Amino acid sequence: MRILVGQGSCGIATGARKTSTALVKQLHEKGLDQVEVDITGCVGTCFLEPIVDVYDDGGNLEARYVKVQPDKVATIIERHIIGGEPVLEYTIADVDNDFIDKQMKIVLRNCGIINPEKIDEYIASGGYEATRKVLTQMTQEEVIEEIKISGLRGRGGAGFPTWFKWNAARINQADDKYMVCNADEGDPGAFMDRSVLEGDPHSVIEGMIIGGYAMGATEGVIYVRAEYPLAIARLEKAMEQAREKGFLGKNIMGSGYSFDMRIKAGAGAFVCGEETALIASLEGERGMPRLKPPFPAQKGFWQKPTNINNVETFANVPWIIQNGGAAFGAMGTEQSKGTKVFALAGKIKKGGLVEVPMGLPLRDVIFGIGGGTKNDKAFKAVQMGGPSGGCIPAELIDTTVDYESITKTGAIVGSGGMIVMDETTCMVDMARYFLDFTRKESCGKCNYCRIGTKRMLEILERITKGEGKDGDIELLEELASKVKDGSMCGLGQTAPNPVLTTIRYFRNEYEDHIYNKKCTAKACSALLTFTITDACTGCTLCARKCPVNCISGKVKELHVIDQERCIKCGKCEEVCRFNAVNRE
Amino acid sequence: MTCTSGGCGCGSNCNNQEFSELAPVMDKYAKVPGSIITILQKAQDIYGYLSFDAILYISECTGIKPAKIYGIATFYTQFRLKPIGKNLIMLCKGTACHVNGADMIEEAIFEELAITDGETTEDGLFTLNNMACLGCCSLAPVMMIKNADGDETYGSLTKDSVRSTLREIRSKA
Repeated sequence: MRILVGQGSCGIATGARKTSTALVKQLHEKGLDQVEVDITGCVGTCFLEPIVDVYDDGGNLEARYVKVQPDKVATIIERHIIGGEPVLEYTIADVDNDFIDKQMKIVLRNCGIINPEKIDEYIASGGYEATRKVLTQMTQEEVIEEIKISGLRGRGGAGFPTWFKWNAARINQADDKYMVCNADEGDPGAFMDRSVLEGDPHSVIEGMIIGGYAMGATEGVIYVRAEYPLAIARLEKAMEQAREKGFLGKNIMGSGYSFDMRIKAGAGAFVCGEETALIASLEGERGMPRLKPPFPAQKGFWQKPTNINNVETFANVPWIIQNGGAAFGAMGTEQSKGTKVFALAGKIKKGGLVEVPMGLPLRDVIFGIGGGTKNDKAFKAVQMGGPSGGCIPAELIDTTVDYESITKTGAIVGSGGMIVMDETTCMVDMARYFLDFTRKESCGKCNYCRIGTKRMLEILERITKGEGKDGDIELLEELASKVKDGSMCGLGQTAPNPVLTTIRYFRNEYEDHIYNKKCTAKACSALLTFTITDACTGCTLCARKCPVNCISGKVKELHVIDQERCIKCGKCEEVCRFNAVNRE
Repeated sequence: MTCTSGGCGCGSNCNNQEFSELAPVMDKYAKVPGSIITILQKAQDIYGYLSFDAILYISECTGIKPAKIYGIATFYTQFRLKPIGKNLIMLCKGTACHVNGADMIEEAIFEELAITDGETTEDGLFTLNNMACLGCCSLAPVMMIKNADGDETYGSLTKDSVRSTLREIRSKA
């Protein structure tokens, strides 16, 4: 019998390590040391963490326990491990199993199933077979052809055909060539790369070896965010094990091909997701983009041919080689093949990682798998593509998820973040939030990106504070088009998208803020009026907690807020135990 | 130029003993092109922040001008030029956290500790740093607290849970 405790960052954040420690300790006390307690990556159901899977000796899943805090451990050991009967009341509910059953897993095939720190488990699941096939049976051209057949496109955001980039790097001759993995997952709201690196690091390493062989790379570099310490630790371990097994290093599997790789920890800059900025950062410079051409495939890292792909792209590669490009290409739509991992978060009932074939309607992802909005409030929009993307409104919920259809709405598939918003999310505030982000992250090279985003932010801040003026929307639109045109890299070119899409679909909210001084979502505090209703019992709590002492009233009598002095902080509403404070 | 007392053998005249912990890092990376970010990360790991003296020392060892190092240190959000408290609160301000009330959490931290982004409490116990995204979006709002014991992530925060977490850390200090 074997017990697996999901220990990705989200599992650990909910207490998985404590659960694991309790399991080991209590099993030992019962003399059950033969039961192995092991770690695994994230299975994607973050809303159910910590998750504990119990496998029988044949490797079959006997029970999946969810939300296992240490207090449940004794019962599980007593009734299941010793008694042989699963504790049904702790196991995953059928409706939550749907979350997993409705998915199709290629990238996340091993996450939550194998121990990411043991290479033998990866090998047992067919790992490094693709590497063997490529290095011993295939030419560089054949590998690229297979990827071309698969239709795989870059999963980092731009959706550029992977085979094309590999081929461009292949035909440029040089003594040294570099294969770079972009694991600088800077898009706030996306965490699939972290999960893959934590749950299945070997799939990325293998993808890089295969791609490295195809383009003729001599060295690989993984550029990982420093904010992902667990991912870095697991990658380091995985690379070391791969080296011991001879999958990395000189003359891999006797093929004559030599390739090794190292990790470079990023230092926190969103713009480094842009490939020329990433290269500058690798070289120890400020991460500022430069003009293309020359493209990295011609002159990249240290002026040598360089190819950069995203984590998820690499994780697809071993599967494609093993199962054939045609099998991958059979999934998805005409233009967008295979599956895509999405990070469901925001006001969603079941948040987590979801991998589905391209071309599924948004509705199936958000409602079918994600269970709809938290507390069943009205669904308003889904934000896709992070700061470079846009908000897709409720009326377009039947849009299919593929590169072309999403781009038509004004958003982008991007790296796959899906932030669900309900009626309490203010769209003007969302636009302000993203602009604030891009303004901070602009490297400052292009004037329009550096100053234009700041001016746009100032206008949005005014609007959310109730100081919007006639003409603000038009000015935002004008600035947006200039920032797009006047910026050299993707950051500036896409920074206005969140503003443009919210104006396009939620113009009425902007107008409400500007002309009626109202925030329909009741989120912009400056536009709210707090009043005390008849439900007030006169407990005096709000009056005592009000930071500006603007609430008056005697004990056991109705209290009143002095609107002129109220700073709309909402403290009274927060402390009131009788629901007597109304925000309007 | 001779490096006499630094022990790093870097061959410069920095004459600086207080950075002896950094010497092995310099041995390994000082002359490797493109390593300055790695060096700054290691220095920050050791000292908690990048002091002006540390930048000068690194400059001496690597031959990179201090202005350039300063430029790099201020470009990337990871680097700090001021000392931090014993507990570094990294508050996630990612999209999912924003939608789920990260501003409210920031408010609670301010009410409890009277510090805003980038500030340290007078007793040197806490520093608050707002982060772009910690990647635990499905547990939003999230914060990570880093101290000598390692780092711990706290998810599904409420104003009350933040207060009690901070009080617990303070009571143990």
